[in-house]
Amino acid sequence: MINLSSQDELTSPDTQESSGFRHPLRVGILGTGNIGTDLLMKVSRSKFLACTAFVGRRKQSPGLAAAQACGVRTSYDGINYFIDNPDCCDLVFDATSASGHTLHLPVLETLGIRTIDLTPAKLGCMCVPAVNGDDCFLASHINMVTCGGQAAIPAVFALAQSQPTIRSLEVVSSVASTSAGSATRANIDEYMHTTEDGIRQLTGIASKVMLNLNPALPHIDMQTTILAEVPELDLHQLYDALDPIIRRVQKYVPGYRLIFKPRAEGGRLVISLRTRGRGDFLPEYAGNLDIINCAAVVTAEQFAAYAPAMNDFVMAPD
Amino acid sequence: MKTIVISDPTLRDGNHAVRHQVSIDQIAGYCRVADKAGIPIIEVGHGNGIGASSLHLGHARCSDAQMITTARSNLQNARLGIHMIPGFATIKRDLAPALTLGVNVVRVATHCTEADISLRYIEFVRKQGATAYGVLMMSHMASPSELARQARLMESAGAESVILMDSAGYFLPTDVKDRIAMLAVALGIPVGFHAHNNLGLAIANSLAAVEAGATMIDGTARGFGAGAGNAALEQLVPVLSRYGYDTGIDLYGVLDVADYAAADLAREAPNTTSIGIISSLAGVFSGFATPVLRAARETGVDPRQIIAELGRRKILAGQEDSIVEVAIELSKNTNPNVSIPAMVNDNPVSNTNLRP
Repeated sequence: MINLSSQDELTSPDTQESSGFRHPLRVGILGTGNIGTDLLMKVSRSKFLACTAFVGRRKQSPGLAAAQACGVRTSYDGINYFIDNPDCCDLVFDATSASGHTLHLPVLETLGIRTIDLTPAKLGCMCVPAVNGDDCFLASHINMVTCGGQAAIPAVFALAQSQPTIRSLEVVSSVASTSAGSATRANIDEYMHTTEDGIRQLTGIASKVMLNLNPALPHIDMQTTILAEVPELDLHQLYDALDPIIRRVQKYVPGYRLIFKPRAEGGRLVISLRTRGRGDFLPEYAGNLDIINCAAVVTAEQFAAYAPAMNDFVMAPD
Repeated sequence: MKTIVISDPTLRDGNHAVRHQVSIDQIAGYCRVADKAGIPIIEVGHGNGIGASSLHLGHARCSDAQMITTARSNLQNARLGIHMIPGFATIKRDLAPALTLGVNVVRVATHCTEADISLRYIEFVRKQGATAYGVLMMSHMASPSELARQARLMESAGAESVILMDSAGYFLPTDVKDRIAMLAVALGIPVGFHAHNNLGLAIANSLAAVEAGATMIDGTARGFGAGAGNAALEQLVPVLSRYGYDTGIDLYGVLDVADYAAADLAREAPNTTSIGIISSLAGVFSGFATPVLRAARETGVDPRQIIAELGRRKILAGQEDSIVEVAIELSKNTNPNVSIPAMVNDNPVSNTNLRP
């Protein structure tokens, strides 16, 4: 079981300047769709990160035009941009697709560029900042699990910590149909299996993951419900474990909250969470996209704050 | 004489009526009688399809594999079908194993505006050499032209038929006619219809579908299905026959199927309760009845009010967790002003269609 004590202060590292932070970490963003463009806005706001390359594959991508207008260096050469400009950045966020990332990873590793993967390729160290941010600190390759994983895993972690026995566990997420982009829609199986793997790796619990897309207008907020059979359920202990971890997530995703106090209903434990986004590039209802981007950015910020000489940290590829 | 293919989801939709507790013996017994009657497609599974047995949607008594192998070994002529919803079942965990157990027909079902998420599964099923149909659920929530666009996506991926489901039992016969007629023109593949009987219109709506060009109709023994149930096979088959359509099903055979169901499977035929009527008017999934009644009991809220609020929020099958949330919220509201008639008038679909 992972010890949480060292992470109680997890936050954007505003207070870290005295501990060695000198220069913003130079980050590249690969993928100029919704996720990539929203990431760009979050990175631009960060004191600890500077976007030095915004790279896609389609010249006409609206994300590229928006980035150009903000004065960010852009390219539509895809992964080749990094091959041609290996010193352009210290870290790349990959916001393409699972199959794209599988191709990009070996190239970025050879170039000595650290990666934070936002696709469900699950090749790197799976990271949910509020749960195991520290474990990924030395990894050269981080995977952000999935949006549903970012929302569910902190609560499942609290559940696993506070209850002796959990007989079965399910995670049901519902998101607005328009917040699921074409890559998500084509990869629902990967979403489900990667979320299940993330839950198992970070909490030790086997689960079944489900996903609903709802086209209702006005758009529904991202909702994540955890259902579990817990033979000796202690709701007070659960709440005591849940409250601090939810507050830790709120430090990077302010719109993350319980919909109602966890309760036993129909012989099951029900924990329902709503995630509203910050409304940067994507609307507030798309909390599913916001939470994975916020988690990726806070992870990169931790690197920036604690490891200014990033290249010394990145493990050489074998 | 025009031929209509009857597809029978008694052992799948009917599972909703018994909280997914259909047994191996019931599957075996029903399959033998239905096969003998000449029913061409028999579907088995959890009410929400393969991979859906869960705390969230209810655990089935039997595993998918047990249901499929039992049905397989008790069918000689009928083709064996399953229902699968992307987001609940995956290829690796559920669909591929089902096909290796001898499933012939896979009905890939999505909410009526989300057909693009079905394409990968339809393509997979075709590649494995099985028959793939597309299903558009909750089809009252989209216009005829939108349904036609969605159905064509499924056709483009290789679907060999597209079936509209009236999952809320909402439609009047004219609604069915408009939608089926549009699909029949737009598609080069057969069009099907799956009725629910909330307003006592399951047979009339099925007939309207056939007259508008549908050639595949779902019926279940004694109407055994979610909520108010489906079109009853033992009524559907003779009605179609009297209208001059050939189903290839033996009359005494289908009556035997109904008698078997009455004795061993659906002892209490589904009927229209006040919950069924309000969920039709609110456009809410028929299968919500059981969890709504439970949430109503636990919170002391009028179940009709819960259904009305679920309809206002356009909550879909699969979002059963929202039932608890809505019930808790309503229980806090000491002076609820969400009256049911007001909600029905606020529902744009109801607003246009409730007027005769």
